[in-house]
Amino acid sequence: MSPPRTGYVRRVRRDEAPLWPGARPLLTWLDLELTERCNCDCVHCSVNRPAGDPEAKRSELATAEVERLLEAAAGLGCLSVRLTGGEPLLREDFADIYLFARKLGLRTMIFTNAALVTPALAELFARVPPLESLEVSVYGLERGTHEAVTRTPGSFAAARRGLALLAERRVPFYIKGALLPGNAVEREPFERWARGVSGQARPAWVRFLDLRSRRDDDGKNALIRGLRAAPEDVRRDTAALPAADRAELLGFIAAHGGPAGDRLFTCLSTGGKGAVDAYGTFQYCLLLRHPETVFDLKKGTLRTAVTDHLPAVRAMKARDPEYLGRCGRCFLKAFCLQCPAKSWAEHGTLDTPVEYLCAVAHAQAVGLGVLAEGEKAWTVEDWKARIDRPAGAGGGDRQPVRECSQ
Amino acid sequence: MSEEVRFDDAYVPSEDVVAREIEGEIVIIPLVSDIGDIEDELYTLNETGRAVWGKLDGARPLRRVAAELAEEFEAPIEDIERDVLGLVRELVSRRMVVKKD
Repeated sequence: MSPPRTGYVRRVRRDEAPLWPGARPLLTWLDLELTERCNCDCVHCSVNRPAGDPEAKRSELATAEVERLLEAAAGLGCLSVRLTGGEPLLREDFADIYLFARKLGLRTMIFTNAALVTPALAELFARVPPLESLEVSVYGLERGTHEAVTRTPGSFAAARRGLALLAERRVPFYIKGALLPGNAVEREPFERWARGVSGQARPAWVRFLDLRSRRDDDGKNALIRGLRAAPEDVRRDTAALPAADRAELLGFIAAHGGPAGDRLFTCLSTGGKGAVDAYGTFQYCLLLRHPETVFDLKKGTLRTAVTDHLPAVRAMKARDPEYLGRCGRCFLKAFCLQCPAKSWAEHGTLDTPVEYLCAVAHAQAVGLGVLAEGEKAWTVEDWKARIDRPAGAGGGDRQPVRECSQ
Repeated sequence: MSEEVRFDDAYVPSEDVVAREIEGEIVIIPLVSDIGDIEDELYTLNETGRAVWGKLDGARPLRRVAAELAEEFEAPIEDIERDVLGLVRELVSRRMVVKKD
């Protein structure tokens, strides 16, 4: 045995230089959808099934299966897991799963509506901290506004009780919401309230709503389409942004602008990540359920999913001529929310342009002065000159407008 | 006042941390909020630390841990004992191991 005699223990920051010299962990982040069921029935939700849906409940991974999955993820080097749904707290074994994840050393992010937070659960989060702020979806300052979105009587009071329990025990949480026609009028007071209760600069708003990721409900999709922010409103709001926010967006475009050609998977946020749905299917991300991109973990291991399946998915190329002629040549590709998951939800394909996302990306670009009114980004020849980083622009590492929940 | 570490005592990883082997490294992850900066910090062990950590099972006193390592590594027992003591003192001070009663 060779000394050093001191410094036996080395402290490393999680975001620092590699823990594992010469190698990278196969998986650094796992999104785990514990259930598609939810105690609310939000007008804009792309996932939820009824809380008591017997078929969904019966098909969900059992506690032991979830624990084996978490162990497998940890064995691949994973350091963080996001427990989401549906409403993950609906699962009767949620506390067991949470504690199991934390005892594996996993930082644990939880997406919840807070309505099912109990004193015992808040106490658990205080005693064994998740190490990530809980992300709590709230849709209004008043019962009427909130419950017009959740369509669930009592959900407003329950959510406020849950938030109070978290606050009493100093469990950090973050407020997020969907900006919808029915609650837009509350935006400013809501942002002040969110700042007050959570300390965050502002809540994360979703406006460019996703369609159903199971492609299971045309009626709901029609409803969601009707709730989406209109491109003209997006353009106006973008143009009115404070200078710092505009600089942030322009910095992002400058850092990541440029056509992607036939590359299909250009998402900036999925390196080292993977997702597993409520039934044990591995996905590139939780929104992408196209059958050619998923992997059944009952037929293969998580390691195989990560080492063999995921690279094959990432290597897929776009073939749709319209996509190649527009999205493939568009210098705003990284800025636009168009991706295989959105194409899947809208069209059932991986590479069909999503007109709504194209329209709002263009509206933002016009609002920022990057495009002229009516101009199509894929026709712009001098795009490099357009995206030269303006003085004072941000570094472009944040994705402040992508609004992608993934 | 720091806790005295003695060769006759056995030590075991604290329940306040999790140790995982990833790609051949032992990574120690704080589980509760009063060890280091739980938000951002992990701990790894050097080669000496890794060898000793695997033997801190609460059953073997440190004297036996050192003897086993001296045999395994064909190294002088005095050097090994110094390493074992140094490591366990550091781990105790960081509350990553506790004395087994």
